Amino acid sequence: MRYLPHSDSDRAKMLAAIGVDSAEELFSSVPDTLMLRTPLDLPPHSPEFMVENHMRGLAGKNRTCDDGPFFIGAGAYRHHVPASVDHLIQRSEWLTAYTPYQPEISQGTLQMLFEFQTQVAHLTGMEVANASMYDGSTATAEAVLMARRLTRREKTVLSGALHPQYKDVVATYLSEDEGLICLPPDPLGVASLVEHIDEKTAAVVVQTPDFYGNLHDIEALASTAHEVGALLIVVVTEIIALGLIEAPGALGADIVVAEGQSLGNPLGFGGPYVGLLATRQKFVRQMPGRVCGETVDAEGKRGFVLTLSTREQHIRREKATSNICTNAGLCALAFSIHLSMLGEKGLTALAELNHANACILANALEKLPGVEVLNKTFFNEFTIRVKGNAAKHIEALTARNILGGLPVSRLEPQMPALADLIVLSATELTTNEDITALVLALGEELA
Amino acid sequence: MTKTLFSEDHEYVRLEGDSATIGISNYAQEQLGDIVFVELPAVGTSFKKGDEIAVVESVKAASEIYAPLDCTVTEVNEALNEDPGKVNMDAMGEGWLIRVSLAADADRSHLMDEAAYTTHTA
Amino acid sequence: MSMNQQGRPTNAGKTTDSSASESALLPSEPLLFEIGSKDHTGVDLPDVKPFNHRLGAFKRTTPLELPGLSEPETMRHYVRLSRLNYSIDSGLYPLGSCTMKHNPRLNEKMARLPGFSQIHPLQPVSTVGGAIEALSELARWLMKLTRTSAVAMSPKAGAHGELCGMMAIRAAHLEKGEGNRSIVLVPESAHGTNPATAAFLGYKVKAIPAKADGTVDISAVEDALSPDVAAIMLTNPNTCGLFEPDVKKIADAIHAAGAYFYCDGANFNAIMGVVCPGDLGIDAMHINLHKTFSTPHGGGGPGAGPVVLSKALAPFTPVPFIRETASGSELVEHVGESKSFGRLTAFHGQMGMFTRALTYMLSHGGDGLAQAAKDAVLNANYLKARLSELFSMPYGEQFCMHEVLCDDDFLKGTGVTTLDFSKAMIDEGYHPMTMYFPLVVHGAMLIEPTESESLKELDRFADTMLELARAAHAGEVERFTSAPTKAPLRRLDETGAARNPKLKWTKE
Repeated sequence: MRYLPHSDSDRAKMLAAIGVDSAEELFSSVPDTLMLRTPLDLPPHSPEFMVENHMRGLAGKNRTCDDGPFFIGAGAYRHHVPASVDHLIQRSEWLTAYTPYQPEISQGTLQMLFEFQTQVAHLTGMEVANASMYDGSTATAEAVLMARRLTRREKTVLSGALHPQYKDVVATYLSEDEGLICLPPDPLGVASLVEHIDEKTAAVVVQTPDFYGNLHDIEALASTAHEVGALLIVVVTEIIALGLIEAPGALGADIVVAEGQSLGNPLGFGGPYVGLLATRQKFVRQMPGRVCGETVDAEGKRGFVLTLSTREQHIRREKATSNICTNAGLCALAFSIHLSMLGEKGLTALAELNHANACILANALEKLPGVEVLNKTFFNEFTIRVKGNAAKHIEALTARNILGGLPVSRLEPQMPALADLIVLSATELTTNEDITALVLALGEELA
Repeated sequence: MTKTLFSEDHEYVRLEGDSATIGISNYAQEQLGDIVFVELPAVGTSFKKGDEIAVVESVKAASEIYAPLDCTVTEVNEALNEDPGKVNMDAMGEGWLIRVSLAADADRSHLMDEAAYTTHTA
Repeated sequence: MSMNQQGRPTNAGKTTDSSASESALLPSEPLLFEIGSKDHTGVDLPDVKPFNHRLGAFKRTTPLELPGLSEPETMRHYVRLSRLNYSIDSGLYPLGSCTMKHNPRLNEKMARLPGFSQIHPLQPVSTVGGAIEALSELARWLMKLTRTSAVAMSPKAGAHGELCGMMAIRAAHLEKGEGNRSIVLVPESAHGTNPATAAFLGYKVKAIPAKADGTVDISAVEDALSPDVAAIMLTNPNTCGLFEPDVKKIADAIHAAGAYFYCDGANFNAIMGVVCPGDLGIDAMHINLHKTFSTPHGGGGPGAGPVVLSKALAPFTPVPFIRETASGSELVEHVGESKSFGRLTAFHGQMGMFTRALTYMLSHGGDGLAQAAKDAVLNANYLKARLSELFSMPYGEQFCMHEVLCDDDFLKGTGVTTLDFSKAMIDEGYHPMTMYFPLVVHGAMLIEPTESESLKELDRFADTMLELARAAHAGEVERFTSAPTKAPLRRLDETGAARNPKLKWTKE
């Protein structure tokens, strides 16, 4: 039992010091009938190499995104993470530290969070950001709740082109109450949200680039919302897009939430990721989650602390802005390191490369008979309509070791009208060979 | 002619005819520590005795302020937005929270005078 | 007013003594924004040939204002910053209720196998059979350890798990036509998340007082029960570090009243493999994989909070979940015809934490997990025995579980507060314990050593704590009130930070 330091003689010494004969006695407050008398039917402890064998066996049954052409995005993106990032986040002082509640011995984490908040604010064009949320989907739900607190209104309008699982999370958080209006799926990104905004509206939630890849004019939406005192929540699932497309904050967004996975964090089957939440300074006291602020120590030296904590559950208990009790510390660190390495120059170049590869992919697919690219605009992801059933085609491509995008029916199974749609993404890792292989195979399937 | 009364919950009420100034007692600010934020109600709001009218936050705690008697808010101390520390410096003076008009029949029998309050907090 | 008196001093105080911080090995580090510049980058990318953008009118014009660092500068910046942090790997981390146990590196290695880290959550299910298998294997371990019927894997952290469990409870009431149940009972000693979660779902919180011995008063629970009560949220072992002896009776009373029992599993480390929560009559319990099952805390997350559910609540499990069928494990992603209450997060939950936790469980085995729980309890009681020489312990006459609770009675008249004592621990090389929690104890100090500490390490810690107590009693007040003096920074002005929030860097 390599993780347990005591020898049996240590244990005996300690029991003697406590003044008991057996470890059993320490559990004397547990009613006898509740103590397990026979060990649970679980395997015994195991040497490191045997555990490793078992886990490798499981991992080996999965087809990784690097094992062949790969075009899936839809809220989680395949990007390259510099080797330094993963090395740094495995340093003991980052990996095995707790939440920085003792600022004198947590300045590393705190300064990093302060830098992270600044990066997120600059990237989104907002005034302030918090120290991260669980992920983009829960950040979206929290943003909706925040907007309702700020406006003291209920009505919330979700764009039909919001990621379907994000929509489901918001609906679950709001317990599908009457104030929630989920517009029907909108693959063309043309449905008007403006007509749903009125004096009762707390917030309108729009994703850009949206689930189907379309970019949106949020400036007009923002001004309509603001005219009636409603707030605009902008959702971004591909954060690298902000290297090339306009900052939502510059267009009038009141709250920007995003999934930050694309920077620093692996696909990892969906988590852990890092949610971003940024807003205006004047809304900061209704902002959920941890936040780090600058201050000075007793000698006047600059330092950082977690602040505004009276909003949080451990102080306000049933009056907290949210029950949230954690952030995504290590994932936020990975995000921040990756973004520091990129800088303005690198992020712009990376975004440009993503967009270029997506354009090459779209241009190639457009030439295929039986394929129509729906998007007028996109960043690194777009939607095609194919002849026949999209899921069947994807299955056939998978059999040829090509993961050719996401059939929309996987997330919207009740919508026959969407059964011929596939959302595809290209990133800096997409090669011309990948694209050629996909186009060839899909062409054959459609023929 | 002004008269200052106190509630059991450590609010003070300085009566000025049919209006009053409400704040927290010096004892309360001492107990709470450094005040960092005060959340005040909207002018024009009416409260019944015992309703939550404001929240006073220190770094580590948030305390609700209850209406010591039925009242309608006529003015809030905007200066606290800039400098909530006034509550610590001068709770009974510049650190006041709200001015209110009182309902004619507002019950004040439960409020204490300064001597009784001093005994209450001793 | 409500007079919430947690308002202990939070300004930095004044000092001129400057023995602190900067040594040759601990340089202070400027901000990223002070060392980086926008024409630097640490990432090489291929040039892009000119092409026609398809961004429409949405091209960014707002400057990014993101400084870049070359790779060597990046390493320096983050390594230097890291050295300003305390960590489990550098010393005992006695935070009560946080279970700061050793984080095995095998977990990290396994989570990084490309077969786990390089797979997309929406890949065709046929291409991720091993991931589904890992998920269901972890689920089986959790159900066996707790003797429960189902597990919701997707909650992202403990508090998210609470939300999950309470939503399942609400869904169960609604199904029975008892959606009007509006009250949730929460003991006074509970974690702040419990009342926050209940209130979040629109429940009224009713506090249940503790008995003089620190455990829940079952007669108070019985008195509070009514057809309006939806659930009780109880932590067991509780936040005073005590096992609730009446837990089964409380569960029975709750069930008899038609309500459900939510158990906060934050302290499961004390009893895993020794007592099964299912036997206690719980209906839902979140398990903090980052506490009990050794996934790293990472400076404040990510966590993971799967929730085990009783038979009664199993049908309401949120999607996604795995349905075991004769032909194998099937991933259910849509509510469809099921009674599932919905979806708590995109994708499948914290997979990277699942692979770590599973690795830990396989390493320890059933026998090792039980031994770990027993050692955690042994270590806490050993510390309790040693510290009882000078420390005051409000419930000290009984054995504790995995954590020792002290109050500040032993500091009475010394001029030293719990906060001062904690800060003095920093100068002795230790991270302070949890303080001022639970709220039911004055000046609380909650110490959880975990099973990861050796006897020598425990003795060293106890010696230090006793020496500090003696110093306080000997009148060395300034050693405490001016502490820490040896950390990278002295006490920080939290009041100033909260009064004038400065939440991002700005150009001077």
